[in-house]
Amino acid sequence: MDQLQPQELIIDDRENGIFRVNRRAFTDPAIFEVEKREVFDRSWLYAGHTSEIAKPGDFITRRVGGRPLILVRDRAGQPHALLNSCPHRGNIVCRERAGSGAQNFVCFYHAWNFDLDGSLAGVPDEASYTPAFDRGAMGLKPVPRFENYKGMLFVNYDRDGEDLIAYLGNAREYLDYMLDFGGDDVEVVPGSQAYSMKANWKLLIENSIDGYHAVPTHYRFFVQYLNDMGADNSAWIGQRRQFGIGLALGGGHSVIENPQRRTPVMSTAEDELAQIRARLVERYGAERAHRIADFTRNLFIFPNLILISNWHTIRTWYPLAPDYIEIDAWAALPRDESPELRQKRYENFISFLGPAGFGTPDDVSGLEGCQRGFATCRELEWSDISRGMGKEQPSSQDELQMRAFWRRWNALMRGERGPTDCSDRPHAAQRAAAE
Amino acid sequence: MAGVTLAEIERFFVDEAALLDEWRLEEWLSLFAEDGRYLVPSLDQPQSDHRTALFLIADDRKTLASRVRQLLSGQTWAENPRSRTRRLVSNFRILDEGADSVTTTANFAVWRFQHEATDVYVGRYVNVLVRADAGLMFRERRVILDLETLRPHGKLSFIL
Repeated sequence: MDQLQPQELIIDDRENGIFRVNRRAFTDPAIFEVEKREVFDRSWLYAGHTSEIAKPGDFITRRVGGRPLILVRDRAGQPHALLNSCPHRGNIVCRERAGSGAQNFVCFYHAWNFDLDGSLAGVPDEASYTPAFDRGAMGLKPVPRFENYKGMLFVNYDRDGEDLIAYLGNAREYLDYMLDFGGDDVEVVPGSQAYSMKANWKLLIENSIDGYHAVPTHYRFFVQYLNDMGADNSAWIGQRRQFGIGLALGGGHSVIENPQRRTPVMSTAEDELAQIRARLVERYGAERAHRIADFTRNLFIFPNLILISNWHTIRTWYPLAPDYIEIDAWAALPRDESPELRQKRYENFISFLGPAGFGTPDDVSGLEGCQRGFATCRELEWSDISRGMGKEQPSSQDELQMRAFWRRWNALMRGERGPTDCSDRPHAAQRAAAE
Repeated sequence: MAGVTLAEIERFFVDEAALLDEWRLEEWLSLFAEDGRYLVPSLDQPQSDHRTALFLIADDRKTLASRVRQLLSGQTWAENPRSRTRRLVSNFRILDEGADSVTTTANFAVWRFQHEATDVYVGRYVNVLVRADAGLMFRERRVILDLETLRPHGKLSFIL
């Protein structure tokens, strides 16, 4: 960061309606190092879902925030998030991707073994250690903070800072809409998508909440595929196209919300979807059922989680380098639907999303193209993210939802603590309001 | 299935591979029976059923025909410009012979070149073939990848 201070990476001119991001934010290894410390290591990060470890002895292993973790349900049914590194000498303790019926974890290196809650259960030839050897402190170390929100498991590597509910803030309302859909619990279903992108991690945030790119980038889905399936695509493209809104939710979280538009799954499961909607009305009342069922949302939870309701997707990612990310995506589906609708949901998800869908590969190709283009960042310094500034309510085709992310990112990179104003409201108006 | 030989199956696989590498996708599509499916399981659930697990691809013939049209349209940015691919197919075996179908397997390695990057996809086909007037046809073409993740491949935008 020696040559470029964080405050120079963003131009946020709210009076004139100009918002720019310096492209070195996508390429500079020094900025990347600060991001890991100031953004990821201070944020709540999605780790997994309770349905992935449904029974005592179930476990999964995955990297979260760059660290190898074990998510496990102990014999008493309590979930734990443990650092997957032996407290003795560091070896990865659990080397399976997932499993069930585990009794304990054994590090093969020196055969130390651990209970499912992480506590040290056995050390070969323990008598050779001195009385100062603190057995109680030599268990598998839990992550500093671990919380469960309606089945979604989050970790935080920062001991301080706000709890998960406070962190989610206004995003919680939208998270509830996603999780309540179907009127029952959702579960993460078998079959995950583990892929990658040779692009900066922040490009995938922009892309995941970008209504503007949908038609040009995804023409083949919205025109070719929907036509081929005989689906009505008039709400997606053309004169009668319906636009939604983009919202900054505070804390860097944001959402684009669109009226529910038809997808092939809706034509093939009309009756059951109508029944589900009726149950929502019964359970939550007409107004809330309307909010849940009649809109689709791309909800971004800062800094690296997106929920996409149209395809019932949970997607998270983490950078290994300024120009490379690992991406994991799952389908979170209502538990109580028929096997026929469940299969339709699978087809619906993969029709667009994932490394072989009719949408995602073109996003991957586009974002990798942006990253290759950033080799010109000394000559072409700025990306423009100004769309919709100055509007009372920016649409889902505008870019407020991206600016909300960048404002929070910028505040954290500058070492600011406390809330960030992520809105477009001009600073002069804010000062006037404060006075 | 009466009269089918390993040599005939091998020739079918090799000809099919050539159609894909040459991007003769309409001709390749015509090898699918009306009830034909093209399936690619998720990499962490290689033995699963597309009705009860999320797959990477679970095309029926109608969806597969759309996939082919999209790939040839020039609007599929992930394949415009097109990848170069070269596939080696070998280790042919007959797994099961039914009255009107034969289940076969073969190993494959597919190299994909695009934007000066090289990706290798390794796995096996498990194909259910039926006899039609024009020759053998796919009832099911299942691609089981040995890869643990699609990293650094990032995408599976051409037909494996």
